[in-house]
Amino acid sequence: MKKKELKANAGEITIKKKRKRFTVDDLDLTLLSLPTVAWFVAFCYVPLFGIIFAFKNYKVKAGKGFIYSLFVHSKWVGFKNFDFLFRSPDVANIFRNTLAYNIVFLLIGVTVPVALAIMITQLHSRKLAKVCQTAVFLPHFLSWIVVSYFVFAFLSTDKGLINSLIRTLGGEQVLWYQDKQPWPFLLTFINTWKTFGYSMVVYMATITGIDQSLYESAVIDGATKWQQTKGITLPLLRPIISIMFIMNVGHIFSTDFGLFFQVTRDSNSLIDVTQTLDVYVYKALMQNNNYNYSSAVSLLQSVFGCILLLVANKVVKRIDPESGLF
Amino acid sequence: MSKPSKMVPTSGLGRFNQIKPLTNVLFSLLFILLALLTVLPVIFVFIISISSEASIAANGYSFFPSELSMGAYEYLWNSKDYIGRSFLNSIGITIVGTILGLILTSTLGYALSRPNYRLKGLYTTMLIIPMLFSGGLVATYMINTQVYHLKNTYLSMILPGACSTFYVVVMRTFFQTTIPDSIIESGKIDGARQFRIFTQLVLPISLPVIATIGLFLTFNYWNAWYSAMLYLDSNHRELYPLQYVLISIEKNISFMARNEEFFREDSMQNLPSETMRMAIVMVVVIPIACSYPFFQRYFVGGLTIGAVKG
Repeated sequence: MKKKELKANAGEITIKKKRKRFTVDDLDLTLLSLPTVAWFVAFCYVPLFGIIFAFKNYKVKAGKGFIYSLFVHSKWVGFKNFDFLFRSPDVANIFRNTLAYNIVFLLIGVTVPVALAIMITQLHSRKLAKVCQTAVFLPHFLSWIVVSYFVFAFLSTDKGLINSLIRTLGGEQVLWYQDKQPWPFLLTFINTWKTFGYSMVVYMATITGIDQSLYESAVIDGATKWQQTKGITLPLLRPIISIMFIMNVGHIFSTDFGLFFQVTRDSNSLIDVTQTLDVYVYKALMQNNNYNYSSAVSLLQSVFGCILLLVANKVVKRIDPESGLF
Repeated sequence: MSKPSKMVPTSGLGRFNQIKPLTNVLFSLLFILLALLTVLPVIFVFIISISSEASIAANGYSFFPSELSMGAYEYLWNSKDYIGRSFLNSIGITIVGTILGLILTSTLGYALSRPNYRLKGLYTTMLIIPMLFSGGLVATYMINTQVYHLKNTYLSMILPGACSTFYVVVMRTFFQTTIPDSIIESGKIDGARQFRIFTQLVLPISLPVIATIGLFLTFNYWNAWYSAMLYLDSNHRELYPLQYVLISIEKNISFMARNEEFFREDSMQNLPSETMRMAIVMVVVIPIACSYPFFQRYFVGGLTIGAVKG
């Protein structure tokens, strides 16, 4: 959805407005897409009204419907729900976790897959490259639930492989799900394990699409492999890297609930290093029935995410006008 | 699409431009290591699932169990009323969701791909806004449960994930770039309306994108657990998909571990044993692991279209 395209659309519309005709074609296409539009209204736009939860003290009125309870019965409280948030001691920690993990994930998520994608396209054996690419793509297709069982097989206190190894070597076993020290590294490792294959494949697709004659003329000019990478591959990868980067920056306030809740088995001892915004929102809603704070955090998450996405897009476009998302 | 044929240049000059043999060996070793690292956990869990309970009790989880047993799979086969039912639930949700998703995404994608469509601008805006901003979990949850009454229904696991901006954009891009206008014009000359043109002329030649989005949807539904966790409660076991069975087993075990008064022999016996849980994991993973290598090129195709065009 580049700006040019949007402008072109706008142009077409004005032309058609002059015609002031809703043709049979338009009618047919509207009917055809009606169910999807209904879906978008029902599942993307109606929930937007739920934002007012953040500004109300939601109370259920017995015998009356949800709409009455929310709109009429519940009192407006202004920004009080947010007020509480910033005074609660957990919140700073939750924001710190969310941002710190996401920044680390973002840095690793760009550098590691790009480096690996460049390396794998250099392998002499095409077959080996294909097999390895297929293998590292696997975790992308697994759910966090399944991954949490994999992790458990290694980290379980009495039966896990790692503790078995530690015991055989004569060391003292670790209570993995109670010791918060290693978890920042574990979570980073597990997240990288699950996601690098997917990003690598995306970058690979771009690299293999690069015109080979560019490299051939570079070789004639005596360029080394490293110079070719720096001078041809990386610049041509820049647009796709920018897009992946913008999307990730836009998601910097949201985390993978599965990773932080399921993989850590919702362990209370780990909460200092595993509680992120999404985990907090889920727990406030489902375990404590605290609609107000939960929706206040949700709203902050949405607003910050939206602003960051727009800012990141602007910044990337200033550096490189061709690379924006929209 | 990945083009492996281009991965190693075939011209003479290209051969000259290969990395040095030593570097190649190092890179190869690195990638073999990474491949093992990603595949080993799956193999490990498979080995646990075919170990005997006795061997696990003695040695813990091990790559080399002292005794093998198919007991876990036999038990799963025999507990058809629960595990079998949830297996069928997963399959049913996946099939219905994928078909619904394909209908929703292809129709809007097609409408948006028509250059003269009057509502194109409006619909494009409609697609962009949810990408930037959403109501958040509480709003979505309350609307879905209180207004649409989706709690404890199959629909709660099907409807919310059926469509997304990304899928529609991939569809639109495909129709725009691949379907020649002449085909649609020829349909119009023959007097067909858009509905017939779409179903009889456009869809039959759009199999690549249908396969791509169909696969995205299939894998998403098969792997989905969050909506089950939000919208199903524990007295509606008959609705559980497999992924949620895995969650609820965990929940029950940690509940019992926390509340020792429940921690009695008889209640423990109702819980699937270690090997059985790993066997359920394998029932979830094996269909994926066996099928994705054949489908991955469609994924790569979809990812690149989607990523490039936003």
